[in-house]
Amino acid sequence: MKGRLKVYLGYAAGVGKTYRMLEESQEMRQKGVDIVIGYFEPHGRKETIARTEGLEAVPRRILTYAGAQFQEMDTEAVLRRKPAVTIVDEFAHTNVPGSERLKRWQDVQVLLDAGIDVLTTMNVQHLESLNDQVWHATGVRVRETIPDWVVDEADEVVFVDLTPRALRNRLERGVVYAPEKAQRAMENFFTEANLTALREMAMRHTAHEVEEKLHTAPVLPAPDRKERILICLTGRPSSAGLIRRGKRVADYLQADCLAIYVEDGAAGREAVERHLSFARNLRIATHVVESPDVPRTITEFAREQGITQIFMGRSTPRRPWWAHLGETVVQRVVRQARDMQITIVAERRR
Amino acid sequence: MVCTCDVTELRIILIEMTTRVDRRPDPEELLRRVQANERREMRGRLKVFLGYASRVGKSFRMFDEGRRRKERGQDVIVGAVQSKVTTDIQEILSRLEVIPPITARHAGLDYEVIDVPAVFRRHPQVCLIDGLAYDNPPGSRNPQRWQDVRDLLDRGIAIITAVNVQHIQEQQDAVERITGKRSPYSVPEEFLREADEIEVVDAPPDTLRDRICEGTAPDSRGLAELRELALLLAADVVDRQLQEYLDAHGVAARWGAQERILVCLTPRSNAAEMLRSGQRNALRFHGALLAAYVEQAGLRPRDKQKLEEHLDLARELGAEVHSLTGADFVEAILAFAREQRITQLFVGHSLSDQRLWLSRTPIDRLIDAAEDFDVRLFPHRGNE
Repeated sequence: MKGRLKVYLGYAAGVGKTYRMLEESQEMRQKGVDIVIGYFEPHGRKETIARTEGLEAVPRRILTYAGAQFQEMDTEAVLRRKPAVTIVDEFAHTNVPGSERLKRWQDVQVLLDAGIDVLTTMNVQHLESLNDQVWHATGVRVRETIPDWVVDEADEVVFVDLTPRALRNRLERGVVYAPEKAQRAMENFFTEANLTALREMAMRHTAHEVEEKLHTAPVLPAPDRKERILICLTGRPSSAGLIRRGKRVADYLQADCLAIYVEDGAAGREAVERHLSFARNLRIATHVVESPDVPRTITEFAREQGITQIFMGRSTPRRPWWAHLGETVVQRVVRQARDMQITIVAERRR
Repeated sequence: MVCTCDVTELRIILIEMTTRVDRRPDPEELLRRVQANERREMRGRLKVFLGYASRVGKSFRMFDEGRRRKERGQDVIVGAVQSKVTTDIQEILSRLEVIPPITARHAGLDYEVIDVPAVFRRHPQVCLIDGLAYDNPPGSRNPQRWQDVRDLLDRGIAIITAVNVQHIQEQQDAVERITGKRSPYSVPEEFLREADEIEVVDAPPDTLRDRICEGTAPDSRGLAELRELALLLAADVVDRQLQEYLDAHGVAARWGAQERILVCLTPRSNAAEMLRSGQRNALRFHGALLAAYVEQAGLRPRDKQKLEEHLDLARELGAEVHSLTGADFVEAILAFAREQRITQLFVGHSLSDQRLWLSRTPIDRLIDAAEDFDVRLFPHRGNE
């Protein structure tokens, strides 16, 4: 049987995710549960470190990369130890090159598959689908992300709250970071506006997870038929945002999600491949079709597949005057697929 | 209410409000803000721990914060304790000064009322009040405990308190739908919104059920629904605080965490499909649903009637309906969408009919200008 996954979700470093996780771990240990630490990041926080007392820790693995030493969770050693529950801090962590798996959440999947329950921590900004929204609200592009389905599959998501004011007080008192780092953090990322926006996202996301786990949605007017969303990819960088947005809407509407790339020989294949694999990582079914007529191919594919909604990016943000003479791909799809809903996704600025 | 603000403060706020181009100064809003600012300056800070069920751990978190503050040198006292106290709370209480409540018996019932005059005399920096939702017996200073708390705040005493979502007046219909029960005690949501800080105490229902000894707890589904309700209530409060903060600091409205859907209606649009889809999206995202139309002179009676039907349906489905004016349809919609922080704009395909040679259709123009929101085009069905 697969292990159970419990995620302690916060909105910034220092809100108390790890502390809360360890507190509950101690309660479990006292009840006689066989629980070990697979990975714990102390960050030099005394109160948190104190909460690990008496908990068995599986020694970490030391890897050398580019002349420096790194410590990672020793997944194989945890598997050999086979406890009932493992504590794995920092779910969104990227492993150092040379590790078996790219991401820590993939290590966690291995533990779960072996029937080990896992407790882990993460911040809401690490969710893939919120990446653009987080960037928009805070100006920070989060690099370490977790596909939403990984968190959706968690058995429990617990929101760990602290008010932005209390968090900033903690920073000031030097509880979270060393003083000079804390000062910089408060001026940049840890502003009241940023923290408040992230906190709201975390609250809404936890509510969403709670609702998802109720399975049957509350009295919702049912659509005429199941929604199927098609995302139209290009080689342009904005495709990443388009994929995230389309998938997020699909997830919320409990719709199927497909992506298509029409190969017309114009775009560099490398960028397209990156977007296609990104989409597949988010569990979107991808299709590549060769054709010189992009709009027609999209429209025909959508009809064949019973698509209810097409997601596209804007053709080009700023066009010279003469470009207005001809129609863009978007305009032609709009004209040809008048029986479908078409969403043109904004390229949000800051 | 009497406004006793001074003129310079008003002037500053006026300047603040008029320098932002997209907001018209609204006198009501202005007055409200001045009063709120004034109250806030003299008032003690209010912090509320919000939970979704009893025994979720609110009281412990509240007393624990009081203990930590006392350890950091703040003058902390306890003004109210609930009758059943766990051993870990008892342990904290033994280290804090408690001002005993006044006990009273009325019509065969026992009451515990905060000794407000005693707290005034003692005048601590911080006063902990457990159980915010509580009715005082007839003849008390205030009918309800939250009003006592307001009096303490007005005297500059900071309050830390705890409340459950089922006690928030405006949420009680929803709670009753979930649990089949309605608490006799309530606190107005407005009081919660005025709090300087609100902290959610979240825990998965299964851990919670262990702690509930009485057989009165809702089932796990009910608990999950209450939990969702509490999280969304907190998110709304936080969203307002964020907007107020951004307003106060002259930061333009931003793409918030909440989805806001605007359905643009015309006499010819396929309103039923657009509005139903809008409602579905708004419900799924726990977002806001707005509908708008741009007033046009010289509408034919038939079109006028169609439009009225569409607006009625919009209201029926819970949309907030707005009438916009402006010579240019696209400009009017864009300005409104920006002001309202819209994230999804729903329009009908029919708007793409109006393409003249070399000119761009309203749809093209909307798409070109839409930088903060998605534009969703809807099929135009039949000859409406």
